[in-house]
Amino acid sequence: MPRPFRLCFLALMASVSACSDSPWNNPYPDTESDSNIYYDSFSEQPRHLDPISSYSSNEYVFIGQIYEPPLQYHFLKRPYELIPLTATKVPEPDYVDKEGRALTGDAEAGEVFRVRYRITIQPGILYQPHPAFARNATGDYLYHHLSAAYVQTVHTLEDFAVVGTRELTASDYVYQIKRMAHPRVHSPVAGLMGKYILGLEELATRLANEYSVQAPDKSTFIDLREYEMEGARAIDKYTFEITLQEKYPQFLYWLTMSFFAPMPWEADYFYAQPGMSDRNISLDWFPVGTGPFMLTENNPNRRMVLQRNPNFRGEPFPTEGDSGDSESGLLVDAGLPMPFIDTAMFSLEKEAIPAWNKFLQGYYETSGIVSDSFDQAVQFNAQGEAQLTSEMQDKGISLLTAVTSSTFYMGFNMLDDTVGGDSERARLLRRAISIVMDYEEFISIFSNGRGVPAQGPIPPGIFGYVAGEAGINPYVYAWDNGKAKRRSVAEAQTLMTAAGYPAGREPQSGQPLVLNLDTPAAGPGSKAIFDWLRKQFAKLGINLVIRATDYNRFQEKMLKGTAQIFQWGWNADYPDPENFFFLLYGANSKVDNNGENAANYKNEEFDQLFNQMKNMTNRQQRQKLIDQMVEIVRYDAPWLWGYHPVGFSLHHSWYRNAKPNLMANNTLKYIRIQPLLRKEMRARWNQPVWWPVGVLFILIIAAMIPAIIAYRKRERSPVL
Amino acid sequence: MIAYIFRRILYALPILIGVNIITFVLFFVVNTPDDMARMNLGQKRVTQEAIQKWKTERGYDKPLLWNSNTGGAGKLTDTIFYRNSVKLFVFDFGRSDSGRDISYDISQRMWPSLAITVPGLLLGLLAYITFGLILAFFRATYVDIAGVVICVIMMSISGLFYIIGGQYLIGKFLHLVPISGYDIGPEAFKFVVLPVLVGLIGSIGASTRWYRTIFLEEMNRDYVRTARAKGIPEQQVLFRHVLMNGMIPILTGVVVLLPTLFIGSLVMESFFAIPGLGSYTIDAINMQDFAIVRSMVFLGSVLYIIGLILTDISYTLVDPRVRLE
Amino acid sequence: MPVLFITDALIFFLVFMVSCFILYARRHEHLRAPWRQVVRSPLAMSSAVILAAYILVGLLDSIHFHPRMPAAGSDEIINSTEIMSLLDVVTGPLRTRNEKTYSSPLASHLYAKEIIELPDGSQIRDYPRLLYGGAHLSAPEAGKRQDILQRVFSGLLLGSTLSGLFFGIFVLLSGRAGRVSFTAEAMAIIRRRKAIPWHAILLTLALLVITASVTIVLASEYHVLGTDKVGQDVLYQSLKSIRTGLVIGTLTTLVMLPFAIMLGLMAGYFRGWVDDVIQYLYTTLNSIPGVLLIAASILILQVYIANHADEFTSIEHRADMRLLFLCIILGITSWTGLCRMLRGETLKLREIDYVQAAQAFGVGNTTIMLRHLLPNVMHIVMISIVLDFSGLVLAEAVLSYINIGVDPTMHSWGNMINSARLEMAREPIVWWSLTAAFLFMFVLVLAANLFSDAVRDAFDPRIRTGFE
Repeated sequence: MPRPFRLCFLALMASVSACSDSPWNNPYPDTESDSNIYYDSFSEQPRHLDPISSYSSNEYVFIGQIYEPPLQYHFLKRPYELIPLTATKVPEPDYVDKEGRALTGDAEAGEVFRVRYRITIQPGILYQPHPAFARNATGDYLYHHLSAAYVQTVHTLEDFAVVGTRELTASDYVYQIKRMAHPRVHSPVAGLMGKYILGLEELATRLANEYSVQAPDKSTFIDLREYEMEGARAIDKYTFEITLQEKYPQFLYWLTMSFFAPMPWEADYFYAQPGMSDRNISLDWFPVGTGPFMLTENNPNRRMVLQRNPNFRGEPFPTEGDSGDSESGLLVDAGLPMPFIDTAMFSLEKEAIPAWNKFLQGYYETSGIVSDSFDQAVQFNAQGEAQLTSEMQDKGISLLTAVTSSTFYMGFNMLDDTVGGDSERARLLRRAISIVMDYEEFISIFSNGRGVPAQGPIPPGIFGYVAGEAGINPYVYAWDNGKAKRRSVAEAQTLMTAAGYPAGREPQSGQPLVLNLDTPAAGPGSKAIFDWLRKQFAKLGINLVIRATDYNRFQEKMLKGTAQIFQWGWNADYPDPENFFFLLYGANSKVDNNGENAANYKNEEFDQLFNQMKNMTNRQQRQKLIDQMVEIVRYDAPWLWGYHPVGFSLHHSWYRNAKPNLMANNTLKYIRIQPLLRKEMRARWNQPVWWPVGVLFILIIAAMIPAIIAYRKRERSPVL
Repeated sequence: MIAYIFRRILYALPILIGVNIITFVLFFVVNTPDDMARMNLGQKRVTQEAIQKWKTERGYDKPLLWNSNTGGAGKLTDTIFYRNSVKLFVFDFGRSDSGRDISYDISQRMWPSLAITVPGLLLGLLAYITFGLILAFFRATYVDIAGVVICVIMMSISGLFYIIGGQYLIGKFLHLVPISGYDIGPEAFKFVVLPVLVGLIGSIGASTRWYRTIFLEEMNRDYVRTARAKGIPEQQVLFRHVLMNGMIPILTGVVVLLPTLFIGSLVMESFFAIPGLGSYTIDAINMQDFAIVRSMVFLGSVLYIIGLILTDISYTLVDPRVRLE
Repeated sequence: MPVLFITDALIFFLVFMVSCFILYARRHEHLRAPWRQVVRSPLAMSSAVILAAYILVGLLDSIHFHPRMPAAGSDEIINSTEIMSLLDVVTGPLRTRNEKTYSSPLASHLYAKEIIELPDGSQIRDYPRLLYGGAHLSAPEAGKRQDILQRVFSGLLLGSTLSGLFFGIFVLLSGRAGRVSFTAEAMAIIRRRKAIPWHAILLTLALLVITASVTIVLASEYHVLGTDKVGQDVLYQSLKSIRTGLVIGTLTTLVMLPFAIMLGLMAGYFRGWVDDVIQYLYTTLNSIPGVLLIAASILILQVYIANHADEFTSIEHRADMRLLFLCIILGITSWTGLCRMLRGETLKLREIDYVQAAQAFGVGNTTIMLRHLLPNVMHIVMISIVLDFSGLVLAEAVLSYINIGVDPTMHSWGNMINSARLEMAREPIVWWSLTAAFLFMFVLVLAANLFSDAVRDAFDPRIRTGFE
């Protein structure tokens, strides 16, 4: 071995032995191995962490752990049950008529004039340590009058040395509700809530007039405490009252969302100081809450770190659960103070494959399963039940499945001449397509069977869903031998003939019917999906043209109503059928009113039933209305009902208290990690393999031999 | 010399203005401010008023290039173009559409990019020169032939295969380094190894071949023949004359690249989840964040021009015959 | 009824231009001599044979038409709206024989287990039989291996017979032409005594023919390279991708060539403010990072297509438009290098005496540039064309990775690699799409690289990269 090489090799060996026993491919510092840290990944950078603006699940992952709205969903019980979080109990609405008389709960929507929710919060809840609360000895706020020069020196919140806290009060909740009307903050629910909460719209108009939106210096603070709003008032230190203008039973669900989390005016004031937002110091980047965790590192380019809030009151783990929860060990921690982990570290993972491999190596506690690694993780047994493969079982990995409260559908634009409208011809065409789009095959190819073909707009687990023979969509399925069987292509072809497209040809030209599908899909997987979609339409002789565009272009087309067929999905805000039926409600039409009814479906009977159904409590009569509504939309078929995805998630043996909860966002506090077990497993799974490097080294040496021989030869040969 | 540099910088101004206008036009032909607002406001329950508010707050409600509603200089200055682009010339990148300080982000994300590109360049130079020199030394023997054949084969393989293959091998079987990610400080080492190695292997074919050509060209020159005729040993000829003179085109070729090292590699960074400027740019394109795209294009152009000037200067330094007027 | 895509038209224009150039070069010794040198290099000629095979497939795939079909409810024959190419006709059933999902090369069963209903009504979970692959076998477990071996053997036999026949005919004809006996001519070729390396050409050709025959014999009953996620034949996809690769590699150059030549010559010839403007133009364009320019342009095109949806009635038209646009934009980002080189060369040439003389005689500027300057910089253009080709083919794959490449519905190696990225993580791994894309791309790029080396050596004697 030549001398320099030998030196290199020795140095390499020395560096190997210098390393500790921790695996080489550990992406985290070795010192963290024993700590009670939860590791997870995020793929999309959160845009808003301000609870008034945030409205997407990738942001809820963080702020759900930080901010505490008055209510929450029970972690274990199904169907989903609302329980208090900071409130003392779930509030009962008081219905009042025009004359101020109290009404009973089943009063007709028309009679109700005002609805009052009186919420009392628990005393003694403290905010996380935060510089906005820091005071000096005389009680003045330390960081409320910062000079521009001082602001220039700070980059993160940690640059403020002193922190403070204070008790949560009812007026913090009121302050946040008023922020929906703030002229410089965008709240996605401001429009919706303005219709219900008394005085919100007036406040918004008033504030917009008083504070010109165009002010170049955005730092002026609007003291919302000075503005009265009838619909949201603090009664005393621990009680506040929300007044609605009409009956809206779903409102309680909204009280679990961060739009109704408390916001201390000190924080708003602190962040509004001149120059702060230019230094990225704003509510969008540094939340301040009362929850079990606080955000201590916000670097969306690399990682987000949540740390235990030292001021957290120690909410106890639920003592009751569903049947079977006790047997599966979910109640071991019952009554113990949460949270159980000290730190939660979220690393950025853009690509699914590295994230999956890191999970297998033990560097993430949980993982979803991307379609392509499905066969590695899960196999179906003879009964068609999902089971982990032996590889996963050997690692001690467990699997959890749950039908999500979402729906992926394909909609027809009802304003379109060919596929839309109330004509029999179009309806038959839509139904024919509904039959041939084989969602069973779609689910099996593209989601490895992780989905339930939809029979209507309502997913399982939501009130109004009907299982079994009574629940099938008779226009697409027939009940055969104890299960729903998709009607045959021949039947669809008959419908096509009846619609005036024999064999999929247009009657005038004899040419195949051409339909256009708009989709925002792009990326590696989409080509296969496109090919598959074309194959489905071809069964009827229809030539499907796929117009894939970027998401913006797609949005624009939907707004203008120029799309013909489109693909979209909906994720439930709360577990109520209203949240799905409103996607087909005429007044929510996308083209007319910029609503969420992307198909622009309009059916008077349906709309009338919807108005009746939406404010009812979940009882037999509501089910009857829902059945009628489902029948109407099945008959009209404005959507191919698509499918409801089933979520599969895996977790390691050291991860405890795992139960899928699709509604709750604040589930991090329930999780328990066993770091020692994790460390042992990681070391076992990640033994570095050295021999290929050795083989490579020998190969290089071998390759050098001919060179050396040639060199020797040349040395001896005379000059060229 | 200083006067020359000064003049070159003056020349650069119209180029930067041109770059700015091209980027601006390209982007706004594609993206109306409405699109940008929608992209930023999310997917559910976005109203037209919210879009309007977003635009007004960020000044995107103004005309693009020419404001006929105001008088005097306002016609030109009260526009999206002026408000957003002119500040770039003093390197004030402003805030991204999602509200972050771009200059701060760039200053943070520059280091991961450099952590990949600088070792990549240094190790690359070492490897290319070594191999190039070896092949030149063994010219027209079967060592040379085998070397060039391997080079051609290696450069005929798409870079994507090296990345996929490297990640697959290391990540799944060897467990030597983490598959992707990044850390600051000395911990960064284990994350950097794989991308640097993959980058090196991916480019070694083409580069070695090119360096071999340079050395061969140098070897065919008269002074080398003379030196050889004088009986100077081949190694001495190789190292003292061929290598030294071959370094001139190599170094000047490298100098152009130096400033672009800051930008990082687009594909490599997004594959290995390295939070550098390359992935910053790709993300900005995907999120349609015009403020970032514009800043990165501007930065890229400035660095390119600096590279050109540095090249000119380095020519005069290594070759006294060239003089800058 | 034939359909002419814009890229088709440009391809045929390119073929026409190349033929014209060949005729032109034959008559001019300074162009003929270097080409003669290229033709005498065995490696270059073997590469040329392979390139020719690729080009043949690409050209077949560039002749598009609407197939005829019976009209609904009558016997009348009308044109379908579907668009097919001659390649689709040649490859015949490959296009339509789709399975449900993945199957490995030469498989008779799907790659994933499914619930199968047995005739007696019971259900088991097993690998289902393929609809087409190995469907002719009654018991694939027992008979498949032998069947494949038989087919490989008969393919080899067929291929060898064909190549042997071809060799015989060639020797006969060339012997006639040279008035040499059959055996003498054959020996001359085998002993490499001919000026043109026929031994290399014929050997490569024979290898190609044999490979093709084996593939064809196997492909009649199997999916030779397996099927992809939606059950499409990977061999068919790889063949269809050839056209995309060739179009990007050649049309890009064709698009940028007029600008690069014109501007380069003008800058060097006129100097002064023309030079300044042109230099400004290319420095500005050059200093914008290419990826950003491409991304922005692709987005623009998408907006255009979205706003003019009626003009693009079929997927093929949309994909073709995007392909063309990609070529144009790649051309815009890559013309500057050539332009700069031409400018430098022209600056030197314009001082040469005959140009000076022509100017003194009052010959027009245009004439001088076309008659005296252009022919003298042709070698630079030639080298640049061949050198760019392989780089562009490789670039397509990378661009598709960042989603700014060709249309996702278009068959291309980039798209294949892109989807295969996820397949690599599958367990058991799906390797055939990636391997197929790799092989087809690698062979093309390798052949192009070897060929371009020979061209460069011939035209630029200063640099010798290959071996004589």
